[in-house]
Amino acid sequence: MISETQIVRFPELALDSGEKLRDLEVAYEGYGELNERRSNAILILHAFTGDAHAGGVDHEGKPGWWANMIGPGKAFDTEHYYVLCANVLGGCRGTTGPASPDPATGKPYGMSFPVITIGDMVRLQHMLVESLGIRRLLAVAGGSMGGMQALEWAVSFPDAVFASIPIATTARHSAQQIAFNEVGRQAIVGDPDFRGGDFYESSPPARGLAVARMVGHITYMSDESMREKFGRRLRGREEFSFGFDVDFEVESYLRYRGSQFVGRFDANSYLYITKAMDYFDLSSAYPSLAASLERARCRFLVISFTSDWLYPSYQSLEIVNALRSRNHDVTYCELTSNYGHDAFLVDVGEQTGILRGFLARCQREAEAAQ
Amino acid sequence: MKVREVLGRSDYALITELIPQASRVLDLGCGDGALLAFLQATKGVEARGIELKPELVQAAVARGVPVYQGDVEDSLSEYPDKAFDYVILSQTVQETRRPLHVLTQMLRIASHAIIAFPNFGHWRVRFAHLSSGRAPRTRLFPYAWHDSPNIHFLTVLDFEELVRSQGWRIERRFFLSGQKRISRLPNLRAEIAVYMLTT
Repeated sequence: MISETQIVRFPELALDSGEKLRDLEVAYEGYGELNERRSNAILILHAFTGDAHAGGVDHEGKPGWWANMIGPGKAFDTEHYYVLCANVLGGCRGTTGPASPDPATGKPYGMSFPVITIGDMVRLQHMLVESLGIRRLLAVAGGSMGGMQALEWAVSFPDAVFASIPIATTARHSAQQIAFNEVGRQAIVGDPDFRGGDFYESSPPARGLAVARMVGHITYMSDESMREKFGRRLRGREEFSFGFDVDFEVESYLRYRGSQFVGRFDANSYLYITKAMDYFDLSSAYPSLAASLERARCRFLVISFTSDWLYPSYQSLEIVNALRSRNHDVTYCELTSNYGHDAFLVDVGEQTGILRGFLARCQREAEAAQ
Repeated sequence: MKVREVLGRSDYALITELIPQASRVLDLGCGDGALLAFLQATKGVEARGIELKPELVQAAVARGVPVYQGDVEDSLSEYPDKAFDYVILSQTVQETRRPLHVLTQMLRIASHAIIAFPNFGHWRVRFAHLSSGRAPRTRLFPYAWHDSPNIHFLTVLDFEELVRSQGWRIERRFFLSGQKRISRLPNLRAEIAVYMLTT
């Protein structure tokens, strides 16, 4: 399955901040066939540094970030569903973001890009979905920041979603989550190459961005998965260097991941998207989380993972209990995994059975409701 | 031993007899969701389940039953009043830590509560206790005292006394010996008692 990224253009988007963006582009990929009634579409929502390339392989043979979940016979079965995924607003992988040219100047926005929210991202996705002639998505699904968007969809566009699948996520960023994001941002902003975000004609703040990514990676793993993967093993040596070169396997891994990230991610996007996550609070405009979720009319499948300490199960339970208190149709599974927050990406065995069963029921009920 | 394991498929017949078409049903300790899936298919009910064991929750969700993974005793207070028409206690009442709390919550969140339990007043239990002088072990109570999931022992008389004292009403009741329904001398002859209560 070779996946093609496509671009759709929109003239304008009004933002939560009160500002407006003009001449936007949205990059998306689609897998499977949209049926005649356009009722079998599932929108996949990517996490922080993800992109539109969720399934299949691209022209360079690179598999999508959720290729183990999307395809024939997989969790999101392309024999039954039309699965699509778009790069988020503020991203740097084809959709308009701070690295895109500002139509007013022709130069990259940089820090003149307006601050965006999860709600803004979802409104742009809704424009994309409508432009494809899809009036109601069978499901919206995503992990981490993708899960926040899945929740936002359910509340902002209750008639346009039949089911929402938030995975390893939260209805509001906690102090700890904001704190980790702030460390990443400060690493970037403190890099002398950052130049107030105006680095597109010079060199990017590679050190800062790499450090930000290293911190991020630690939060995506678990104590146990790091112990299994690295332990205290030394890297390419028998003894300590008694210096500050790489001694340990884990140091080498983090440095590698950090430097690799610099080549594929924009430092300004890092700032804008983490800020959008930190601002996210589904209940902010309502008296309570339950009151905000009261707007939703879809079925919910909420999944968390035992070893995920970045988005711990208690945050999923907050969502689930708010839904139960309003007697919503909600399914909740806490899956056992050692992989920490990364589990939603790598530990797909149990997720597959759950998602297939849940989606089959949704499709049945959606047909019956027609 | 779970009542359902003793009854096998015959409790489907019994519960099907009690639950009308298209009602809202919550099954507490729903296991792999077999009963709820059966009720979805045959009665078009709006089914929900609660189950603690992750592998059972996953099996239930995979067959299209919406399940909440959690402990039954701690999970009921979240639901609004009369959220369901019927709530079924599959995890039998003698295994719960706070049976009165569970029953009260069941009758708050549903119009009707269906409860089944093994009758500790059955003559075989009485005889086992009297003759051996030890904690009785029978077909329905096969465990040694230290590894039994049963932490409360109740009889038909005990249960009905509790129902009276709480001012609840018994809508239906069935007594079973093996797979057979009986009506005379239930406290002595029933191995399993099934009640449908309302407030």
